[in-house]
Amino acid sequence: MTRPRRRALRAAGAGAAALLALSACSSSSDSDSTAAGSDASDRLSGEVTVFAAASLKESFTTLGKEFEKQHPGTKVTFSFGGSDSLAASITGGAAPADVFAAASPKTMAIVTDAGDASGTPTTFVRNQLEIATLPGNPDRISSLKDLTKSGLKVVLCDESVPCGAAAQKALGATRLKLTPVSYEQDVKSALTKVELKEADAALVYKTDVKAAGDKVEGVDFPESADALNDYPIALLRDAPNAEAAKAFIDLVKSAEGQKVLTGAGFLAP
Amino acid sequence: MTHLDDSTALTSGAVHGEGLDARLVVDHGPFRLDIALTAAPGDVVALLGPNGAGKTTALRALAGLAPLTAGHLRLDGTELGRTPPESRPVGVVFQDYLLFPHLTALDNVAFGPRCHGATKAEARAQAAAWLDRMGLADHAGAKPRRLSGGQGQRVALARALATHPRLLLLDEPLAALDARTRLEVRAQLRRHLADFEAVAVLVTHDPLDAMVLADRLVVVEHGRIVQEGTPADIARRPRTDYVAQLVGLNLYKGRATGHTVHLDAGPAITTTEDLTGPVFVAFPPGAVTLFRDRPTGASARNLWRCEVTGLETHGDQIRAALTGELPLTADLTTVAAAELDLHPGAPVWATVKAAQTHAYPA
Amino acid sequence: MTETLKGGPRRGRLRKGTRGVPLPLLVPALAGLAFLVLPLIALLVRTPWRTLPDQLTSPEVWEALRLSLFCATAATALSLVIGVPLAWLLARTDFPGRRLVRALVTLPLVLPPVVGGVALLLALGRNGVVGQWLDSWFGITLPFTTAGVVLAETFVAMPFLVISVEGTLRAADPRYEEAATTLGASRFTAFRRVTLPLIAQGIAAGAVLAWARALGEFGATITFAGNFPGRTQTMPLAVYLALQNDPAAAIALSLVLLAVSIAVLVGLRDRWMTAS
Repeated sequence: MTRPRRRALRAAGAGAAALLALSACSSSSDSDSTAAGSDASDRLSGEVTVFAAASLKESFTTLGKEFEKQHPGTKVTFSFGGSDSLAASITGGAAPADVFAAASPKTMAIVTDAGDASGTPTTFVRNQLEIATLPGNPDRISSLKDLTKSGLKVVLCDESVPCGAAAQKALGATRLKLTPVSYEQDVKSALTKVELKEADAALVYKTDVKAAGDKVEGVDFPESADALNDYPIALLRDAPNAEAAKAFIDLVKSAEGQKVLTGAGFLAP
Repeated sequence: MTHLDDSTALTSGAVHGEGLDARLVVDHGPFRLDIALTAAPGDVVALLGPNGAGKTTALRALAGLAPLTAGHLRLDGTELGRTPPESRPVGVVFQDYLLFPHLTALDNVAFGPRCHGATKAEARAQAAAWLDRMGLADHAGAKPRRLSGGQGQRVALARALATHPRLLLLDEPLAALDARTRLEVRAQLRRHLADFEAVAVLVTHDPLDAMVLADRLVVVEHGRIVQEGTPADIARRPRTDYVAQLVGLNLYKGRATGHTVHLDAGPAITTTEDLTGPVFVAFPPGAVTLFRDRPTGASARNLWRCEVTGLETHGDQIRAALTGELPLTADLTTVAAAELDLHPGAPVWATVKAAQTHAYPA
Repeated sequence: MTETLKGGPRRGRLRKGTRGVPLPLLVPALAGLAFLVLPLIALLVRTPWRTLPDQLTSPEVWEALRLSLFCATAATALSLVIGVPLAWLLARTDFPGRRLVRALVTLPLVLPPVVGGVALLLALGRNGVVGQWLDSWFGITLPFTTAGVVLAETFVAMPFLVISVEGTLRAADPRYEEAATTLGASRFTAFRRVTLPLIAQGIAAGAVLAWARALGEFGATITFAGNFPGRTQTMPLAVYLALQNDPAAAIALSLVLLAVSIAVLVGLRDRWMTAS
């Protein structure tokens, strides 16, 4: 009876010590960068809830940890998912979120049209399509046209999701007739098909290719410049923690944030 | 091996390898059944025994539904011990008949012939003939749930006989029937079994069924045969308490010296038979006379002081269970019971006439 | 609320049926019913009835519906062919590891369908454990084909059939099979002519469950077979994708799926489930 409790107490003590140590070093590093920021950080606390497109998962998780480090006492909670479903849950009023980062202006428009955003959304990164091929590119795919080769299994995103819309835009510019074997529900599913070698190629985002490591190989194509996808971010009207939310958006847009995002394969706006 | 088997078959009554010659050994957990059964074509053998004695296991082993651990099973000279049930010329009437509920009486009977390669029309014609023989022609189109217990029993018999088995097995054939139908069905079944030209083995715990239906009884207890013989023999000379109880006799084991038998249970008993050595002594409860007071003038032989432990009606009589010098049961009329003021705990004197006892070697 | 629950139904037509039903059962039962029916009512309430005719006349809808019905029926048929014998094996035979096999059979029930789809890809995909041989020996690839949809639906739906049939088999008296063998029937004949008719109702119930599950299947299907109109895009996939940018169309599609499945289930129920 007493022993577990004592152990719990000891654990709590250790946690508190770690927190103290963390805050000590972060405040010192903060004062190095911006004095104003450090002032603000002292007042920030509580939970920040961020709804973000699935493609932002890796980079935003990194940024969330960075934010918590810079502002001790805050906690960033993410909900990653398809931009459409996230938008739907925001406008549905069910989800108490502070920040929304969407994978397309169209999905952001769902939220702004409903009047659920505070202020105008700003584009913080852009994403570019890339051809994902099997490792080593055994089919020697070097252009969009190569994807129309017969016998090649290509998967695209469905037109109803952003990566599919972008793919159609890019293909539209070339007037190529490309018949995929499947219109996938989201970009991750499309990429998975190539990762599992079920499909020979997929049109996905550069960030996804990068995140997949050496399981797929990326091939740039010039038409992708016509189908850049803007990622807007906005503070939400009913944000429970607007102050901290603003600070998080600032971090995303800061040079430091951009470094993380471009590192993941995004383009600066 | 063959020689030995032939000789056993001869000595046990099966003629020239005809009929049934089996030694059934079946292990079922801690329980072991080990019995030898022989029967000539036309014989009806009843396996009689208390619940759990292994009768049904024996039947299942004969049918091929329970594998033999050891032993053999020869039918008309053919070894069937390893033959799957569907390839044995064996018909079974199950205790609750197990008529296929989705088939009519006719199709139930036609099932066997169909499985033996008859066309649908042939099988149905044969089935119709069987039902006719059973007096069930009017019920050919009925589903089993519309048949009475007796009708169901006859359909089940017809179904088993329709495959022309060389061995017919009946598991408690009358147990599912009420008392009144039972009487009627028993008589019918007796006729059908008498007509049956191959071996029939039936399993029952009812001595009356066994005695009416069978030519020979085999009494099984704890997986072993404890006694076998004709119904009359078994009824007269029970060799275990179970059999004695079944046939309604008081049975004692003892050692005879001339006309006196010293019972293992205590007192001596005088018999008409002149024997020496271990014997059984049996007498029916009706042979016992009870007295409230020690009968004067009566000889002291076969007179025991007892106490009533229980009373129950038995037909139009009262059956009294007694303990004391000799535990026994006695039958007496209701009037006599009233006159003696019998009640549990009442002391009585019991006597048996030597002429009504029966002693036989153990 | 409680007033209507207590007073309304009792006085009305339900009177005979609810007499003797204890309140602690009746109240949760009605709550349960409401819980199940409410979302369906909401769907009906929010259905864009005015634009519904336009939504429903598009050939894509009918294509998806036709494909859904075909695939669910084919998956049910496949489940029957391999699932009923499997259920028999589980119910009637004893072999080492039977408990484990039984647990494995129910695995697709607890597995998220998407995971099931990935597992199917790893097994039967072009590069899968078995699939690579199918591809190199017979030139058969299953992903992105209608056959793939049928397989994915079978994977998810068959456990319902197996469990239902196994339960019926266990409840059925195995001695009927024995009786059949003593009449000269092989074990298979006994199964076909005696056991199958005896458990027909359980099989029908299981088949209906499996069919319904297959009809609504989404995760395993889209993961294993992808999404291509006319070939692998079933109604649930069409509904999901429509939801991305045209919720009204999604509702309309759901309504069609709902209406068709209710019609079929009610029809079958009357014919099979209430027999005898």
